[in-house]
Amino acid sequence: MSTATADGAATPGRASSAPPANGPSAKKPKSVMGTRPWLAAVFLLPALVLLGALVVYPIGYSVYRSLFDASGNGFVGLDNYQEMFSDDATKTAIKNNIIWLILAPTVSTALGLIFAVLTERIRWATAFKLVVFMPMAISMLAAGIIFRLVYEQDPDKGVANAMWVSVHDSFSESPPFPGAHPRPAAGTTESSSGAYTTNATLKAGSPTSLPLVAAKRDDISDAQDAKAAKPEAGKVTGTVWFDFTRGGLGKEGAIDKGEKAMAGLKVEAVKDGKVVGRATTAADGTYTLPAKAEGAQLRLPAWNFSEPYNGIDWLGPSLVTPAIIGSYVWIWAGFAMVLIAAGLAGVPRELMEAARMDGANEWQVFRRVTVPMLAPVLSVVVVTLMINVMKIFDLVYIIAPDPSKDDANVLALQLYQSSFGTDVNQGLGSAIAVLLLLLVMPIMIINIRRIRRESRR
Amino acid sequence: MHVSLPTKRSTRAAVALLAAGALMLTAAGCGGDDGDTVSGGPPPNTVQLPNLKGQKLQVTAVWTGTEQENFTKVLKEFEKRTGAKVSFVPSGDDMAGFVGSKVAGGAPPDVAMVGQVGVMREFAQKGWAKPLDAPARAQLAKNFSKGWQDLGSYQGKPYGVYFKASNKSLLWYNTSAFDYAGAKVPKTWPEFLKEAQLVSDSGTDAVAVGGQDGWTLTDWFENVYLSQAGPEKYDQLAQHKIKWTDPSVKKALETLAELWGTKGLVAGGRGGALHTAFPDSVTKTFGDKAEPEAGMVFEADFVAANVADAGAELDQDAQVFPFPAVGADAPVVTGGDVGVALKNTKAAQALLTFLASPDAGTIWAQSGGFISANKNVKFSAYPNASMRKIAQALIAAGNDFRFDMSDQAPASFGGKPAQGEWKALQDFLKNPRNVDGIQRQLERDAAKAYKN
Repeated sequence: MSTATADGAATPGRASSAPPANGPSAKKPKSVMGTRPWLAAVFLLPALVLLGALVVYPIGYSVYRSLFDASGNGFVGLDNYQEMFSDDATKTAIKNNIIWLILAPTVSTALGLIFAVLTERIRWATAFKLVVFMPMAISMLAAGIIFRLVYEQDPDKGVANAMWVSVHDSFSESPPFPGAHPRPAAGTTESSSGAYTTNATLKAGSPTSLPLVAAKRDDISDAQDAKAAKPEAGKVTGTVWFDFTRGGLGKEGAIDKGEKAMAGLKVEAVKDGKVVGRATTAADGTYTLPAKAEGAQLRLPAWNFSEPYNGIDWLGPSLVTPAIIGSYVWIWAGFAMVLIAAGLAGVPRELMEAARMDGANEWQVFRRVTVPMLAPVLSVVVVTLMINVMKIFDLVYIIAPDPSKDDANVLALQLYQSSFGTDVNQGLGSAIAVLLLLLVMPIMIINIRRIRRESRR
Repeated sequence: MHVSLPTKRSTRAAVALLAAGALMLTAAGCGGDDGDTVSGGPPPNTVQLPNLKGQKLQVTAVWTGTEQENFTKVLKEFEKRTGAKVSFVPSGDDMAGFVGSKVAGGAPPDVAMVGQVGVMREFAQKGWAKPLDAPARAQLAKNFSKGWQDLGSYQGKPYGVYFKASNKSLLWYNTSAFDYAGAKVPKTWPEFLKEAQLVSDSGTDAVAVGGQDGWTLTDWFENVYLSQAGPEKYDQLAQHKIKWTDPSVKKALETLAELWGTKGLVAGGRGGALHTAFPDSVTKTFGDKAEPEAGMVFEADFVAANVADAGAELDQDAQVFPFPAVGADAPVVTGGDVGVALKNTKAAQALLTFLASPDAGTIWAQSGGFISANKNVKFSAYPNASMRKIAQALIAAGNDFRFDMSDQAPASFGGKPAQGEWKALQDFLKNPRNVDGIQRQLERDAAKAYKN
């Protein structure tokens, strides 16, 4: 106010024109700042009230609230901040936010750049851009539900695993008895890869039999009855069979009447870690190994029992954050592309033509001309996405399943979980909000500086 | 259905809703049979109600859809007998929030049907709920065992009527898987493990565990703990008067590990179980009749709905047996909705009196999807053998049942995904050997949530 009147001091009687009741002052047009500060204030008021009520007051109240306990009555000083930083959940959230901050904007921008540059050259550019931009029209919530299904573990339900499994399975043949395993009492050791090796050694002339259980109904239903292998001089023999009788009536470890043979199993004789003989069980479950298997251990390779390949555990603890970032990129790459394409349209063609005339190849044109010319646009896109990513919530909330929600935690989600519900601490939630604000601040400052620099140009 | 709902309450509500719907469908499907059973017969008239002509009454509950329809039938009968006009307002999942805002606005509904015992106590403590009057107390005393009466009381005063109950100590099995394996229904935990091993040996994984939803795991633990450590310890643990590092907890976890940690007993292995949401665990057991992925699945009576969703027939493809006894007695863990008056009017009290009578319970029981804790509701009122068996087990428990422990705990320990007990038991399912570590984790979270 004082500066305003100082400016107007050149005109005598200015001060008296300030009161609102002064009619004649309307006749003297003055500069906005120079005259009638109350009018300026009136015009500013709506914006100030809105900003104050919707931005400044909530920020101030969050800071204030973060100094109080769950009930909001007891002053606790900085205890909430201390609790926040000693909590593993918040540490994971900060770590994940950093991963998000680095990966999501850069990948989205890089993909957007590639799409924008490539679509310049193709005939159906608009159609292609439309398709890439389409996910932007889907709400984050809907996109989250879509990707929850895409990442579903079961290859019959999740597209990601359906593709992965079909690629994987075209290179392997299917095992005879997925899920089966020897009886725990049969004296075998399971290796980490899932192969079973007998503890006892093989002897020629004395059959070694191995009882298995848990063969699937379909796999065993057509099998013959198992036969005890006959001892053969100079040969190692034995039977592998399904040691199961309905109701558990059979004797465990003995080939009871009616128990089925397990045909087509691969068996190996292993001596000192080396395979000395190989065989496949016959239709009656028997196998025959050469004499040199004497003294070796019998091994059933893991392949026999391997369950159908189930694909990648996309939403497991280790991959959940990258998987969710993937869904984010799916949405925002289109946004990056559109902005970059607009910037690209403003890049003078002559520069590229000139570079080509000078003998630069396409990569060099892209690397040395296009990208530098696009730098301002690229930085706008990256910074916008960075601010956007800091507050990421919905995708994580929806896509991460409960058991790996901890591993996918981000600050906004942690804020929500500690603030809302029946048994919560809004003081702690406010402290996280303040932390989030402080973390966004540097990016905001960079952004504001950049805008100023550009407007000065 | 693959996206698990964020809250336990809503999942259950949805599930229960489906249950009711499914049972309605099966009831309708039977067509001609309906006339032969007691279902559909007129309800008994055992209770004296005052004349309330011209009075208006508002009732709120979380129920929607078929459940709301069936409850409306009960309310209609009340209107017929008293002349009062009753309107039903669905509260949404957050009953505490809904009632809280209505009380703040000065116009609470007359009666609320509350799903968690903790919330009812909170209402009573804040003075929102009003104690039952003499006629309602008389009905309550006549029809409910002391355990249910106490559960509806706060500081010795009766406030609530447990109108709708659920029995959470049930195992459902695929009859074809049991038949193929020659397995029998087990009565004790060792028998259960033996039969589970037999089913597993026959080539079907024994038990489907819906480990992606933490609440199914807390229900497992509660059943084992209640049967093994006994009701007194159960109550102490529920109030956090004993620590989670107590040897009794260790024993219960080790007992659970006998099942969760043995190869072939948990469908899809432990990793697979953690990816299985509750509805999927039922589908695994009943989805494929010829070669199911699992032989048994555990959870409350609302499983009936998912069984129907999976395309299996209750009583025929799917049967149910009580949770086996780990200690001396088989456990009975329950949940339920309790009716409380929020205004001290004659009409509100009359409605609670009616809900406490066998008349009201019979009406909904006949419609299906409902278990009553009222011992004078005749078992013949239930529409099929499985529901009858579940109700019998609940009534037979007398006072020796316990309310879901995690529903009694503060929400941050017993009621929220990815934290507290839900998360700890998921970690335990991941690594059943880490008993001590899990106990420490449980105790740390419990101490924080109970603030002691």
